[in-house]
Amino acid sequence: MTILLTFTVLALIAIALWQITKIFELSQPKKNNNQVADDDDNRWNGQLMFAFLIFIYAITLFSFWKWGDVLLPDASSDHGVEYDNLLWISFAIIFFTQTITQALLHYFAYKYRGEKGKKALFYADNDRLEAIWTIIPVIALAGLILYGLYTWTDIMTVEENEDALVVELYAQQFNWKARYAGEDGVLGDANVRFLQDFDGKNLVGIDATDPNGFDDIVVQELHLPAGREVIFKMRSQDVLHSAYMPHFRAQMNCVPGMITEFAFIPTITTEKIRQNEDIKAKVKKINAIRRENSQALIAKGEEPLEPYVFDYLLLCNKICGASHYNMQMKIVVETQEEFEKWIMDQQTFAEVIQ
Amino acid sequence: MSTVAAQVHEEEDHGHHHKETFITKYVFSQDHKMISKQYLITGLFMGIIGIAMSLLFRLQLAWPEQPMGIMSALLGKWAPDGVMDPNVYLALVTIHGTIMVFFVLTAGLSGTFSNLLIPLQIGARDMASGLLNMISYWMFFLSSIIMVISLFVEAGPAAAGWTIYPPLSALPQAQPGSGLGMTLWLVSMAIFIASSLLGSLNYIVTVLNLRTEGMTMSRLPLTIWAFFITAIIGVVSFPVLLSAALLLIMDRSFGTSFFLSDIFIQGEVLHYQGGSPVLYEHLFWFLGHPEVYIVLLPALGITSEIIATNARKPIFGYRAMVASILAIAFLSTIVWGHHMFISGMNPFLGSVFTFTTLLIAIPSAVKAFNYITTLWKGNLQLNPAMLFSIGLVSTFISGGLTGIILGDSTLDINVHDTYFVVAHFHLVMGISALYGLFAGVYHWFPKMFKRMMNKNLGYIHFWVTAVCAYGVFFPMHFIGMAGLPRRYYTNTAFPYFDDLANINVVITVFALIAGAAQLIFLYNFIHSIYYGKPTEQNPWRSTTLEWTAPIKHIHGNWEGKIPEVHRWAYDYSKPGHKEDFVPQHIPLKKGEEELQH
Repeated sequence: MTILLTFTVLALIAIALWQITKIFELSQPKKNNNQVADDDDNRWNGQLMFAFLIFIYAITLFSFWKWGDVLLPDASSDHGVEYDNLLWISFAIIFFTQTITQALLHYFAYKYRGEKGKKALFYADNDRLEAIWTIIPVIALAGLILYGLYTWTDIMTVEENEDALVVELYAQQFNWKARYAGEDGVLGDANVRFLQDFDGKNLVGIDATDPNGFDDIVVQELHLPAGREVIFKMRSQDVLHSAYMPHFRAQMNCVPGMITEFAFIPTITTEKIRQNEDIKAKVKKINAIRRENSQALIAKGEEPLEPYVFDYLLLCNKICGASHYNMQMKIVVETQEEFEKWIMDQQTFAEVIQ
Repeated sequence: MSTVAAQVHEEEDHGHHHKETFITKYVFSQDHKMISKQYLITGLFMGIIGIAMSLLFRLQLAWPEQPMGIMSALLGKWAPDGVMDPNVYLALVTIHGTIMVFFVLTAGLSGTFSNLLIPLQIGARDMASGLLNMISYWMFFLSSIIMVISLFVEAGPAAAGWTIYPPLSALPQAQPGSGLGMTLWLVSMAIFIASSLLGSLNYIVTVLNLRTEGMTMSRLPLTIWAFFITAIIGVVSFPVLLSAALLLIMDRSFGTSFFLSDIFIQGEVLHYQGGSPVLYEHLFWFLGHPEVYIVLLPALGITSEIIATNARKPIFGYRAMVASILAIAFLSTIVWGHHMFISGMNPFLGSVFTFTTLLIAIPSAVKAFNYITTLWKGNLQLNPAMLFSIGLVSTFISGGLTGIILGDSTLDINVHDTYFVVAHFHLVMGISALYGLFAGVYHWFPKMFKRMMNKNLGYIHFWVTAVCAYGVFFPMHFIGMAGLPRRYYTNTAFPYFDDLANINVVITVFALIAGAAQLIFLYNFIHSIYYGKPTEQNPWRSTTLEWTAPIKHIHGNWEGKIPEVHRWAYDYSKPGHKEDFVPQHIPLKKGEEELQH
């Protein structure tokens, strides 16, 4: 019944639209009824072009004013600061170019709107002008490319070293696991073939014949010490996933059959970022929204939403199936002491399979 | 060479264009003008499906998991209690992408206007091979039918994203859409690619061999340059997608391991060893990125033509425009890796691809500035086609600029696969190419259907669409910069994103209005075919050859001899002439210089 009703409503809306456009069309004076623009058309469309320029500027400013606070807070990783610099320089160039070119385009469309009897200027070429607007982008881009490549190499060069913490991120439909190397600092060999060993207790497929694996620790919540380099080794057991940690400006795909890498130094602990003014404002806003939504839920006799507390997040950012939208893991950044204390409390692989 | 071929063709034509049955004229027609109409109407039909799907998933994103009558009406069992199933959401975004990119903006745009304009603008009786042309269309039709049939498969259509990365697309255990739905997707695309190759080869051969007397390459209208180069990119890159599709079919059905390795799914270790999904990504994007330009270049070609005609001015910097088409075409084949910066490929490759990618900004900037200069001191005839062309330049700039961020491997790390990407490519290729399609339809409607469309409905169509396009995609940059990944069924699983809900509502409202505005176009289009005002022969006072052909469509395009060409296509408002346009077939006056451009 609902289906029938919906279709009827849809059909009626379509017919109504059809009729409205027909009436509109019939109400037009006959002379207008072809596609060639006359002076009137040129005038009002030219004016609308100018209005449209203002609209573009307005929607830009409005969006920043209204939604500027949804953007990510300052980076919480060492390289993220460089990243943010490059991002804002690029944005500055983009906004500058956007403002000028849109202005020229729409202003010309308004200013040179056609009039009967007017003749356009025959102006087919100007090598110097074209050279100028080839060279300007060349210079701007050369700068951006060089800066970008320098930062890229810096971020992507992962060197094994004694001080770094090695963590494996393990992806599967639809959750994340993390594996720490334990006291020996070496991750044991692993493969999906071993996943069924030990009645499914071998969560990430550690090879039980590799002695390096016994002190490995597999957890469902990612803890990172602040100020220490973390080298991530990514694996996936089924389809492509992507480990996306937006607050750290970090992302790398997890590919079945290979190990991918990404490294960064987290700089701000969870405790500390919760005191950040931007984050505080954001959490406050989110909780206001959640309170409002809760009232609707309570009215329906359902459980209200829990108040929100900020946490760093690891999200899946490569389409991976039905619950892709909910494949997440909490990240806790803490001091080195807290981290050591936490890891002492976790079970090693040897303890799990006993 | 070109004249000989043209003459041969001419003689052939005399014999057999008299006896035409309904079937040979309207169905299995070999006439390029009829084929172009067939492409356009099929493309528009697919476009309705593609756009309707986007509205459905926009509803879900704005009001996640709220029961809606329209969901149960349209999706039936896939929307239990009026709430869209997550697998169906993924299927909708997948098919929306596939249909819009390939069926609407490749076949619908390039197929329509290459077919219509290549013979008419270069002065040829028809395409080099009418038969191949017909086969090309019918293969496209067949692939469209198969794609539509795949929507009705029990387990749902393909749902792995339009890029169908394996293993997700290879394993039916990974998602329901990867069963029969994906098989049909692959079959449909394989046929589509064959169709596209036949079409492209035909375009290339026709442009090279069948130009009329005097139509040198340097006198070709920019539309033809764009279609010609597009066809070349297609021939170079589409076969690689076909090979990727074939290898994927083998992995799926014959147990090979090209793209798969070390997989444990649904409690079972699979036998695949040694393949790599990254290989698939390389093969896919070797077509996938040129595809962006296969979509965009014809739109830019159409725009060049329409802007020059309606500004009553020569296109500024003809040579630079041709050079930038060539540069974009060349660069487009060596930038595919920028889709894979964080795929796990060697970071050094990332550096190379960043470099080549950002280079594309240079010819693109030249194009944008040349369009703007063409407007300068023009006598702009702001008809609907012109408005859509100016709109194209605007979205091409807005969308293109954010490419500077995405093309930079460093910056891509954090915005990769977020809504920022969605906003970027929808503006720069989706909306821009769609505007090119609309501009082309408004401009060449009189040529195709011998009647004119309604101007005022065209104006409403443009202005509502233009406002809504920015209304939809501008805010989308913000949710992307907030870190929200694309292809999420809902963002309610993350309280952190709760403050994006309002923006999603704004976007959806704009999208719904934009969708409704397309109905105005559809009405205008269908109504004008039958009841539009009959057109004059050259309504836009244009210089190109198609307007010298009679209004009535005849097989062979021109009664009697094909006009000869004596000048380039852009003699608008040339000093020394009474009219503000001098068609290409008018000989130079005594002492008149052909502008050596």
